[in-house]
Amino acid sequence: MAKTLMKGSEAIAEAAIRAGARYFFGYPITPQTEIPEYMSARMPEVGGCFLQAESEVAAINMIYGAAGTGARAITSSSSPGISLKQEGISYCAGARLPAVILNVMRGGPGLGNIQASQGDYFQAVKGGGNGDYHLLTYAPSSVQEAIDIMMYAYDKAEQYRIPVLFIADGIIAQMMEPVEMPDFVDFKIDPEKKPWACTGWKPGDDPEKRGVINSIYISTEELAAHNDVLQAMYKEVVANEQQWEYYNCENAEFIITAFGTVARIAKSAINELKEQGINVGLVRPITVWPFPYDAVSKAVNAESVKAVLDVELNEGQMLQDVKLAVNGTKPVDFYGHCGSQMPTTDEIVTKIISMKEGK
Amino acid sequence: MSVVFEKTKLLTDKTFHYCPGCNHGIIHRLVAESIDELIKEGVIEEGKVIGVAPVGCSVFAYDYFNCDMYEAAHGRAPAVATGAKRVVGNDALVFTYQGDGDLASIGTAEIVHAAHRGEKICTIFVNNAIYGMTGGQMAPTTLVGQKTTTSPYGRDEAWCGAPIRVSEMLATIPGSYYIERCAVNNNANINKTKRAIKKAFTYQMQGKGFCLIEVLSTCPTNWGLSPVEAMKWLEENMIPYYPLGVKKDKEAE
Repeated sequence: MAKTLMKGSEAIAEAAIRAGARYFFGYPITPQTEIPEYMSARMPEVGGCFLQAESEVAAINMIYGAAGTGARAITSSSSPGISLKQEGISYCAGARLPAVILNVMRGGPGLGNIQASQGDYFQAVKGGGNGDYHLLTYAPSSVQEAIDIMMYAYDKAEQYRIPVLFIADGIIAQMMEPVEMPDFVDFKIDPEKKPWACTGWKPGDDPEKRGVINSIYISTEELAAHNDVLQAMYKEVVANEQQWEYYNCENAEFIITAFGTVARIAKSAINELKEQGINVGLVRPITVWPFPYDAVSKAVNAESVKAVLDVELNEGQMLQDVKLAVNGTKPVDFYGHCGSQMPTTDEIVTKIISMKEGK
Repeated sequence: MSVVFEKTKLLTDKTFHYCPGCNHGIIHRLVAESIDELIKEGVIEEGKVIGVAPVGCSVFAYDYFNCDMYEAAHGRAPAVATGAKRVVGNDALVFTYQGDGDLASIGTAEIVHAAHRGEKICTIFVNNAIYGMTGGQMAPTTLVGQKTTTSPYGRDEAWCGAPIRVSEMLATIPGSYYIERCAVNNNANINKTKRAIKKAFTYQMQGKGFCLIEVLSTCPTNWGLSPVEAMKWLEENMIPYYPLGVKKDKEAE
């Protein structure tokens, strides 16, 4: 298939449509506004619905409404807007609604800035909204990877009845890359596959199939039972859905951990270090929840590895999960900064050399 | 023998949790009967009804309305209904059922913009001038001087403002189609309320636009009055401030 040059945000939006998304609810915020703009032109062409909501709060609740009918719905935003969506995200998780949420991360806290950032890692994987829940969270590092994940994201969301979150730093959405766009999937709402959805129930039908999209369980026993169901599902996701990439890990003296765009910069640094005779590997989590603890642990605990360097476009968030994975077996160092100043290849090379020199 | 009266099918057999004298029971029944009758009249297709419950006293409405239901976050029912309606279109009735804390306070953005978009949904807005579920706090609809647990000296207009008249406000929005305020304090008004609800649902099924029926309601428990005294209080205090009647009807214009 021929590759075409596409801007990340538009490519991701097109992939969502091809994956069956027909309902987009969003609100303008930099650096992801190209997604709603693209959707506003494209949805009418495919018989879908684009709605510019009054706020991010409303948009995520519209997702709750559309997903509750069994449709494939999507919303996108950037960090401060994702904060506003947390209420609805928690409700979607509680009501077990499959949906896709895109976070094109910008600098924070607060309004921060509009440049690329990885500052929402904690928010994405350690909570965000209230209650004991997780989102199946992908951190693509290229436009093509974001497209490829999008093509199965709804299948995963529906299989487990879990909302799916993409965290992409602003670079992924703003850059243009040559991509292969997959074909359309054939998606229709199937009440048989979604007996929980509001697809048209009438008195006299099986009471079990009445659509009740809900996250309130007022009795302690019922809420505990509901949470048991959620936790059992999360266990399955953890067992089946971890994804990561190993790069140059064989006989590596150091292991770098990084996700998203930063992992690509780390690869350049690794290639440069190789020329200098220093062998460095990379473990790149593709799912950040579930986090690939075992994959990190395995790479790090190879005999050749002396230490680990976690690199992020923040002040060290995934670092906590890396440390949990390493569990004290090897030293873990960190390099990164916020304020949307992307760590450079040279900086990573210098850092590894200083680690090698024992500084 | 012919059946001259039966329980509406659109209510489940679940016992209401509402306090004695609360008007939710009557209003639930009117909503359910209206849907039942419109199904019999061929206006609504059986099985094509989606309701959205709020946060507040009617939070468990999904247990009572015998149709597909959502339980929404506080104030967000119009956004949830919007999401559902955009999928099901004119094939199905989509309504929200909200109280005054839910709709007139935390949910003002969602209700105003649902009206603003001319969203083809109906809202049943139950106004009892107080937060009931949390135990009687001041709402935006609480009358000046009215004592609640968070206005123990009576609502002070200088600092809390005068109560919001939601129906009048929404009637000024170009996107709203039909807005009426009703009460269920006597048989005549109960009948009027049902007619208004049926009209709103019919307009929606005709694809016409956003409709809201405000229903004034008592809260004997949190007003600290008996059911009979509460109804009298509603007539003497609420109806004068919240005048009943059609605030907007584009069809009639």
